[in-house]
Amino acid sequence: MKARVHVMLKDGVLDPQGEAVRHALGHLGFTGVEAVRQGKVIELDLAATDKAGAEAEVKAMCEKLLANTVIEKYTVEIC
Amino acid sequence: MKAAVITFPGSNCDRDLADAFAKAGADVVRVWHKDTEIPAGTDVIGVPGGFSFGDYLRCGAIASRSPIGQAVVDFAGKGGHVIGICNGFQVLTEMGLLPGALMRNASLKFRCRPQRLKVATTDSPFTRLYAAGTEVTYPIAHHDGNYVIDAEGLKQLEGEDRVAFRYIDNPNGSTADIAGVLSANRRVLGLMPHPERVVEDAQGGTDGAALFRTLTDMLAVV
Repeated sequence: MKARVHVMLKDGVLDPQGEAVRHALGHLGFTGVEAVRQGKVIELDLAATDKAGAEAEVKAMCEKLLANTVIEKYTVEIC
Repeated sequence: MKAAVITFPGSNCDRDLADAFAKAGADVVRVWHKDTEIPAGTDVIGVPGGFSFGDYLRCGAIASRSPIGQAVVDFAGKGGHVIGICNGFQVLTEMGLLPGALMRNASLKFRCRPQRLKVATTDSPFTRLYAAGTEVTYPIAHHDGNYVIDAEGLKQLEGEDRVAFRYIDNPNGSTADIAGVLSANRRVLGLMPHPERVVEDAQGGTDGAALFRTLTDMLAVV
């Protein structure tokens, strides 16, 4: 079973890297980009076969390591 | 007085930190990240600067969950003194020993320069020998020193006088110019600037010496 974790900065936390990307897009002529937020995608291959159990476990991984919940939020997708 | 300095793969200020403690009169033991215990009799733990585990995932994230990490959390939980400098500050926030987080510098540039700071509180075992409002210059060298904390957390830090150092001419976008913060019991300090790089004349300054002297003097008499 595979899991995909999306980690993004929480709303309201300034993202200097996203801002730099937005500026660079502007320089390339892509006008109308109002905001860019940059995050991470983490893919995991799991031995688990139980979807609900896997999801709970990956959420625990997010809380303990994969995301810093002081500044980041995450979503878990089991596929 | 015994100081334990931790080394992670990628730490590069561990020797300087050990040296600064030794010059202030401490016995220094070096601890490897795979160790699971802090040596008996340790009075203070130093978490050094560098790029532990290559800054993978987030700065300090992997180091904070390494085998020695739990021992540091337990040590602090029992009222032990801990100082984290630069990457060490990032590690302590990742451990949850200090509030907030350190993000990419607002300028997106790696900042490496002597940095003027104000000692924001002398009510700590790290800053007691400085006069209130003293200006000091410690070097900075970081890419991720932009201290972020929510409004409520900031209010609490300010209300409890837990900002230890503030930048003069903020180099990285930190909230409220914060360069260093204290834990609620005031025994854990994290700061981005490097006091251990200014403890003797050969380093071009001695502004950091008082911080280590305060700590060793105070812990020596306990």
